[in-house]
Amino acid sequence: MAQHQVNYASAAGLPIALTSVDKLVNWGRSNSLWPLTYGLACCAIEMMASGASRYDFDRMGTIFRASPRQADVMILAGTLSKKHSEFARRLYDQMTEPKWVISMGSCANTGGMFNTYATVQGVDRIIPVDIYLPGCAPRPETLQYALMMLQKKIRRESANMNNNTKQNLRLV
Amino acid sequence: MRKYTPKDNVQKKSYYTDRYWVAPRVPQTEVEAGSHFADVVKALGRKAKESYVSVGQLVIHIKSTDNFDVMKTLKEECGYTQCSEQSAVDYLAQDGEFELFWQLLNITEAKRVRVVTRIKEKEAIESIEPLFRSANFAEREMFDMFGIKVNNHPFLKRILMPDDWEGHPLLKTYPLHGDEFASWYEVDKIFGKEYRDVIGPENRDPARIDRYDTKRFSRVGYEVPFGADISEGEKEQPIEYSETILVDYNKNSSKQLDERR
Repeated sequence: MAQHQVNYASAAGLPIALTSVDKLVNWGRSNSLWPLTYGLACCAIEMMASGASRYDFDRMGTIFRASPRQADVMILAGTLSKKHSEFARRLYDQMTEPKWVISMGSCANTGGMFNTYATVQGVDRIIPVDIYLPGCAPRPETLQYALMMLQKKIRRESANMNNNTKQNLRLV
Repeated sequence: MRKYTPKDNVQKKSYYTDRYWVAPRVPQTEVEAGSHFADVVKALGRKAKESYVSVGQLVIHIKSTDNFDVMKTLKEECGYTQCSEQSAVDYLAQDGEFELFWQLLNITEAKRVRVVTRIKEKEAIESIEPLFRSANFAEREMFDMFGIKVNNHPFLKRILMPDDWEGHPLLKTYPLHGDEFASWYEVDKIFGKEYRDVIGPENRDPARIDRYDTKRFSRVGYEVPFGADISEGEKEQPIEYSETILVDYNKNSSKQLDERR
């Protein structure tokens, strides 16, 4: 049986990597973004395709969760009706900090073609949005790109969320 | 562009009429003697105020108080066992009335009957839910969309709009973009009315282009510095193209063919 020598002091040196806490924490946060499965309309089909094997979200550490309490990202995929807006906000409130929101598709961004009495004219009226993803419906590649942009954004942020301006801009 | 005219009540006066457009009318024919529809009309007797055949369907006009009896006769004696649709049409501005209709299907005969009646604005209608279970949701939707009360309905509650919604959206007087209640509904519900000022009114035209906004818009050929005030008009500037990208076709290096090959 092979003998593994684990004696760092006698080797070239201790296995030390120098970094800052911000970078370390954000490395962890940005590479394990767990989105809430929140399909509201046809954009949800593209979101499902992004998660499935052809486009494969898992390789970015993105695994869809069915509970807001286990999720970091809320992907609002589709038309948000006024009747449902209350529940969307409640699910957002149930997510633990730190949390981010991707507004996916024209309907979620601006209300889209549903310029009517029953549709919320942009989910940013009720939830602070980090990434707006245009398209009707956006292709899975675009959603992956949006997620990568979100990762970039997270890596720029401070690990201490109290220092982030976004947190102070929360509506409530 | 056409001159803007208010569209709150499109029934009172149409805001646009084509000179040559004639409203299509479906021909109405008499009920043929000896046909299946003749038996249906006979079974209803005096309750059928008016009946004719239109696009292969029998249309029966009845009194609004007779609707349960008529449906019962149609179901039990004439074999119309399915109520596929039931709703209303808003004729309030025109006649001060709603037109209610029930669409029934006879599977064995492959025939359809439409029962039509009219009620005044504040009147209620008797539920036909004991006869046709499908009428349960249809009547709830009619109540939700038009505010028509249905007597003896097992669970008359809004079905599409939220329970605390004000107004009935399918009325012709209801604006498409919603009244004030509708436009602030989600803000009032989630944050409270004091947050109306924080969040601001809905942007109903997100593609709107402000000609004088030089921070977010630019015009090709009329470029001005970022944030410049151009409310007095801006200078026209010639478009400059890179010489290295454009091909100069006036050079004599290329050969022009004398005749078409």
